[in-house]
Parts: sequence; C-alpha cells; structure tokens
Amino acid sequence: MTPASAEPRSELATLLFGRLSLDSIPYQEPIIVVTFLVAALAGISVLTWITRARAWGWLWRDWFCSIDHKKIGVMYMVLGFVMLLRGFADAIMMRAQQAMAFGDSAGYLPPHHYDQIFTAHGVIMIFFVAMPFVTGLMNYIVPLQIGARDVAFPFLNNFSFWMTTAGAALVMASLFIGEFATTGWLAFPPLSGADYSPGVGVDYYIWALQIAGVGTLLSGVNLIVTIVKMRAPGMSLMKMPVFTWTALCTNVLIVAAFPVLTAVLLLLGLDRTVGTNFFTNDFGGNPMMYVNMIWIWGHPEVYILILPLFGVFSEVVSTFAGKRLFGYTSMVYATVVITILSYLVWLHHFFTMGSGASVNSFFGITTMIISIPTGAKLFNWLFTMYRGRIRFELPMLWMMGFMFTFVVGGMTGVLLAVPPADFVLHNSLFLIAHFHNVIIGGVVFGVFAAISYWYPKVFGYKLDVFWGKASFWCWQIGFLFAFMPLYVLGLMGVTRRVSHFEDTSLQPFFIVAAFGAVLIGCGILASLIQFYVSYQRREQLRDVSGDPWDGRTLEWATASPPPDYNFAFTPRVHDIDAWWDMKRGGYVRPTSGFIAIHMPRGTSAGIILAGISAVLGFALIWHIWWLAVSGFAGLVGFAIFHTFNLNRDFHIPADEVTRVEDARTRALAATGA
Amino acid sequence: MSAHTSTMAVEGADRWLVREELHAQPGTMLGFWLYLMSDCLIFACLFAMYGVVGGNYAAGPSPKDLFELPLVAVNTAMLLFSSITYGFAMIEMQRRRVNATIGWLAVTGLFGLVFLGIELYEFHHLIHEGAGPQRSAFLSAFFTLVGTHGLHVSFGIVWLVTLIVQLKRWGLTDSTRRRLACLSMFWHFLDLIWIGVFTYVYLMGVLR
Ligand code: HEM
Ligand SMILES: [Cu+2]
Repeated sequence: MTPASAEPRSELATLLFGRLSLDSIPYQEPIIVVTFLVAALAGISVLTWITRARAWGWLWRDWFCSIDHKKIGVMYMVLGFVMLLRGFADAIMMRAQQAMAFGDSAGYLPPHHYDQIFTAHGVIMIFFVAMPFVTGLMNYIVPLQIGARDVAFPFLNNFSFWMTTAGAALVMASLFIGEFATTGWLAFPPLSGADYSPGVGVDYYIWALQIAGVGTLLSGVNLIVTIVKMRAPGMSLMKMPVFTWTALCTNVLIVAAFPVLTAVLLLLGLDRTVGTNFFTNDFGGNPMMYVNMIWIWGHPEVYILILPLFGVFSEVVSTFAGKRLFGYTSMVYATVVITILSYLVWLHHFFTMGSGASVNSFFGITTMIISIPTGAKLFNWLFTMYRGRIRFELPMLWMMGFMFTFVVGGMTGVLLAVPPADFVLHNSLFLIAHFHNVIIGGVVFGVFAAISYWYPKVFGYKLDVFWGKASFWCWQIGFLFAFMPLYVLGLMGVTRRVSHFEDTSLQPFFIVAAFGAVLIGCGILASLIQFYVSYQRREQLRDVSGDPWDGRTLEWATASPPPDYNFAFTPRVHDIDAWWDMKRGGYVRPTSGFIAIHMPRGTSAGIILAGISAVLGFALIWHIWWLAVSGFAGLVGFAIFHTFNLNRDFHIPADEVTRVEDARTRALAATGA
Repeated sequence: MSAHTSTMAVEGADRWLVREELHAQPGTMLGFWLYLMSDCLIFACLFAMYGVVGGNYAAGPSPKDLFELPLVAVNTAMLLFSSITYGFAMIEMQRRRVNATIGWLAVTGLFGLVFLGIELYEFHHLIHEGAGPQRSAFLSAFFTLVGTHGLHVSFGIVWLVTLIVQLKRWGLTDSTRRRLACLSMFWHFLDLIWIGVFTYVYLMGVLR
C-alpha cells in the first residue's frame, strides 16, 4: 500500500517492531483516514456512554465472563451484526466503484485498494457475519430445545466466542495498521505466496482465520457433545426438533471440515514465513494441492452455513401453519444425506483447472444429486403449508422470501454444476450472482427469520412489525435489483474482481446493481430502527406467556427471557413437538416444590486467553518475534494456570429458584392467563 | 395454566417433568475424542501433502540419501515403550495408587523426552547437511509432518508435568482421573500417528 521507505531500517527497530513502522499506517489515504475518524468517533462515544452508565462492571461480569449459553449466543449475534455493517460498507464501496469506473473515469478506488475490499468483504461476510450468526443461533436455541441447562462445556463456549472475536478484531485492525490481503477470499497461491504478496495482508488473513478457526472447532465439539449427551429424558434422536438435527449435522461438518482449513493455512503460513515449498511454483511445490484442500473445507462450509437455517425454516413453517412439520423423517434423512454428499462435490469449484472430462463428470453429477434432498425439503415445507392456517407474521414473511429466492439460486447452481457450462461461467459475475442468491436468500433471510422468531424468547417482547416489514421488502427487492443484473452481465462474459471497465455499454447494469445495494442498505437500516423502536415500545409488545407464537418445541415451555437455569424442572419428552404435546396433554406449570440447581460459574479465563491469542497473532503477522515468543509462553502458561482453578460451579439455592418462579406465577396471573 | 387447576397438577406433573436433580451424563471423553478426530484430520492433510509432493526432490536429496533407519527404529521404540508405561500408569490409577501412577507417568515423560531429543538431533543433522525444509517440497512436507507430531509430543510432555503436579497436590480425584484418561487417549493417539509416519515416510521412503 505504502511504498517502502527509502532509508534502510535499523536492526534495533526490526528487532523491536519487526516489519511494523510508521509507514505501515496508511495516513496518506483519505478514504482510510476518514473511515478511521468515523470509527474512532463511534468507538469513543460507545465507550463514554458505557462509562457514563457505569456499565463496565456489569458488562464484564454478566456478559464478557458469562458462561451462560444464552448470553454467549446473544454476543455472537451482536458480533455478527456489527460485522455485517462492515461487510456491507465494503459491498457498497465496490458497487459505487463499479457504477462509475468506465472508460476514462477511473472511479475513486485504486486497484490495490479495491482488491483489498473484495477480499475483506468475502472474508468478513463468511467468517465473521454468517458464522457468528449461525453459531449464535445454535448456542442460544439448542440447549433450550433439548431441555438442557447449558452446553456440555460452558467455559469452552465462552472461550470459543472470544477467539472468534479476536479473529474479527485482527481483520478490523488490518484496515488501519498495514493492509489486508488482495488475493480474493480464499487466497490461492502462488498469488498469496511470499513472492507475489510480500506484504502483511495475507498474514492478517491467515492468522485471523486460524484464531477464529480454533473457536469454531471447539464450539463444534461442544455442541455435538451437548446434543448427544444432554437431551431431556425421552427425547430420542428421532424426537429431536428439526433445528437441533440440523445443528447436529452442521457441527459434525464443522469438526470434520475445519481441521482441513487449519492445515492448509498452516502450510501457506509456513511457505510465507519459513520459506517452505508446498505451494510455490519451483522446488517441487504444488499450488493445486492448496486449491483442492481449501475447497475440501470450502464446500462443506457452505452447508455449515445453510443447514441450521433450513432448520429455522422448518420450525417457522410448522409453527405458523399451526401444523406438525410434513415429513419429519424425510427432513432428517435429507439433512444427513446433504451432510455426507457435501464432501463429494468440492471439485465443482475448479472444473476449469485441468482435471479432465471423467473427473469433472463425476463431480458434476454428485453436485446435481445434492439438489435432490434439498428439493425434498422444499416440498416438505410446501406440504406443511398446504391446508394450514398460515399466520403471516414476520418470520413467515422471511420464510416466503426465502422459498422464492433460494429456489432461483439453487437452479442457477445446478446450471453451474454442468462442467461445459461452467467453462463459460467460471469466475464470472454469473457465479457471484449465484452464490449471493443462495447466501442472501438462504442464510441472511434465514437469520432474519430466526431473529424475528426467537426475539420474544430472548428479550420478552416481540419485534415491531412495521419496521420488520420495511426491512424485509427492502432486502427482497434490493436483492433482485443488486444481483439480477449480474446474471446478465455474467452471461455476457464479464468476470469478477474487476475495478474498471472499458465497455461503457455495461454501465447501466452496474448502476442498477448499485441502486439495489442502496435498497439493501435501507433494509439494514430498517432493522436497526426496528430494534430501537421495539425497545421503546417494549411494554406494548411484551409477551408474558413465554409462548407468543403458540409454539411447538421446548424453548417455548419456559419464561421469556428464560431464567439462568432454563427450566426449573427438566422436562420429559414424549413427542417430536414436545411442548405442543404438553399443552394438549394437560400439562400444568409447577408452582412449588423447587429444588436447588447445579450451575457452572463464570470466568475471565476465556477473554484473557483470546486476548493473548490476538496479540500473538499480531506479533506473527508483523514478525515481532520477541512478542510472539512471549505471547506463546503466556498462552501456555495461562492455560496451565487455569487448569488449577477447580472452583467452576455452584448451586442456585432452592429459595432463589422459588423466588424467580413465584415472580413468573404472579406475572402470569396478572395477565389473567 | 392457572391456580385452580393446580390440584390435579401433582399427579399429572411427573409425566411431563423430572422432579429431582438430573445428573447429565459426563461428556468429557466424547468431547476429547471428537477433538482427537479433528486433530487426526490435520495429520491426514499433512500425510496427503506428503503423498503428493513427497517425490518432488527438486534435484535435492531423496529419502534414501537421508534417512537412517536404525536411529528411527530406536526412536520408534522409545515412543512405543512410552505408550506401554502410560498403560501401567493407568493400571495404577485404577488401583488408586497415587505414587505408583506418578512414577509411571514420570517414566513415560522420560521416554517422550528421549524421543524428542533424537528427533531434534535428526533435524539438526539434516539441516546441517543442507537438507532443510526449504530445500524441496519433499523436505518441506517431511519436516512439517514429523515436526507437527513432535510438537504434539512436546505439548503432551508439558501436560504430563502439569498433571504430575496436580496429582501431588490433589491426589486421585474425579477431575485428575478424568484428565489422566484424556492425556492417555492423546498419548496413544500420537503413538498411532507415529506408526503411520514410520511406515509411510521412513520405511517406504527407504525401500522405495
Ligand atoms: C449485503 C449485500 C451484499 C452485496 C451488495 C454484495 C456485493 C458483492 C460484490 C459487489 C462482490 C464483488 C464481486 C466481484 O468480484 O466483482 C461480492 C463478493 C463476495 N461476496 Fe458479497 N455482497 C453482499 C452480501 C454478501 C454476503 C451476505 C456474503 C456471505 C455471507 C457475501 C459473500 C461474498 C463473497 C465470498 C464474495 C467473493 C469475494 C472474492 O471475490 O474473493 N456477500 N459481494
Ligand atoms: Cu461447492
């Protein structure tokens, strides 16, 4: 980004600061300086606001150190939303650049900056928006749906969250200290090798993802054990709610896929820092090995993202159609089949890279086969709606938008799975349109469906409908404007990752796409307003019953927000729709006889370990070896120290449980239930 | 759900609720095993990498020129012995004999240290001969695979020392027993990986 300074660096400076120098701060770039000022201002105002409200102690004790799966779930969602703002800012910058950079106009972003933006956008959206959203949802909902008090390893859960946050912090730091990768979101070598990307950008990429990856992997292990070991009595596997099933499959995928990412990034990191020759062009290296390995992680990753949202849609559709989900068993099997098949398709991402016809046909066919279980799911949802009494509440609206949008994205995906077609469409804007079609239509719409569905559970009041609808329609229409033109452009042969065009006849398409992105921006704004307005109107929107939608699964059996211990007594399950069954079977909420409840205790170890990891990552990125060594030693030392802490749990006394439950009894009586 | 129905609640309630404290099944072993499987996948990738570029010598030395099987055999023996002695430690743990457990753990750690020593000697020797990890893709893959295994063994030893201290302090409690069992899985797992390395990298490298 900045030209290397003329004078050679003193040895002492290199010893102390590695590659870091004042030149690493991009203060000559007005866009970045303004961004920095805005970010700093926003940061300072949030900090003063917290200080004014004397909220630091509360934040630290009740949230940052909390090992309550519900609080951690909410923190994941907040992280996802904050990073969505950043990822969207990148998107709108790209859209603006491409709408103006035609012919003589160079636009406002130099290519080197533009390349960082599309890389950062992709990385942030996948790893620090979609992943935290999905993990946050699973964290919050799964223990409630299976009638558990927390996850299997509550401390690890807190640690995982902070590792993800540490990764996000490193990516954010790259904006103001040094630069980010210019390689695209998967950083293929040899472009990402030391020869062609000598700066710190790719190192930021590697270490941010490695640190966040530890968090993701551990939370995967955690949730699998939770689901396998901690289900309420009577809940056999085939009585688990569909969302829990999809969460189980997603976490299996995480544990089986993320190590591959760890390994491949480790090898790339060694190539860059130690000078090994895994992916170089000379000394026997093999760049294709990187492409294969990263997609062996990458394809399962897209199912990691979408499967839990399939679960969300299943819950939403049966709740709002007032019917049991159609074809529960086939839904479960479809999920499992997708889980397995997702390992057999990775090569469809590089049909054009010389595998030959036979290999390509194999992977083309497996890819098309995946659309069969996915199609089965769609029909299950349709049949659930068929002859149901559908209530068009907000979650259902997102569900309908998803059905419409995702199907289009799925069909263009099957198109891309045809190898000869892919030779034309590979790396084009058609591909960009396809995956935004499934990611926005599937993952993002699913997350919004989930937020509007479970918000009353988390906070005790529903979300404002007007602003919710505004957000939905902005997203839905904005999406069509932003990405339909890209299908056309892609078919005409326009490739991705281009910051300037000669052919001015293409400009109208890009202007339409930019307009669509602005509409999406309005959608994001509307949902922020929605949170604010709903908070203001919380007394009108209040739900005391804990079951505002007449739900079917166990999370609706407890109060909203649920008490720390989730359930005063662990429920017994007799049916797939356990709570529905309880309501129909004459269940009466107990009002006495409460017992003490055993709970895990909060700790600051997670945030400290993740903080040290972030420092270690920073040191490795900038080659500040003394700091890296001490960071590593600190990490190991603190981890050992933590194993000596045996004070990890406590009992909530029966009196306290009685007090909480009595308050709820009174509240329920006051509403005349 | 109101007060006037609560008399019939009591008998009906047990159909829906567990009235006493429910002890969740312990999940540590399953969780740790899952972690080991994920670690196994990292090794699988490193093996795959070695399989693909292991023959790319870039006009440099090949396994035949470099590996000394007798030394590696001694090394392998050290690790295998350490697995056996860890087994003895676990037997002593079952008999609830703290000091004997600690003794066998210490022996295990010593075998582990010898293993690491020999491996470091071998690495040093190779680099000295100009066959360092930068020399060719084959050597990059070799050093990374064997080195990652070695790093795991080093962590195992640090963990082992920590556990010895904790055993001295707390004796055989539920939590130290659980930790011993986890480290046991970890240690045997590393042994298994090493058998793969020995066969696939060293033996097949020299015989090929
Ligand atoms: C919010 C609306 C969004 C807009 C307007 C948008 C726009 C864009 C644009 C303009 C590009 C660059 C295309 C090119 O290379 O020519 C892009 C790339 C990409 N986007 Fe988005 N995007 C949005 C949301 C998302 C979301 C939600 C995700 C994933 C969760 C995502 C993931 C990606 C990825 C992975 C790339 C590829 C980056 C690369 O080329 O390396 N985007 N997007
Ligand atoms: Cu794929």
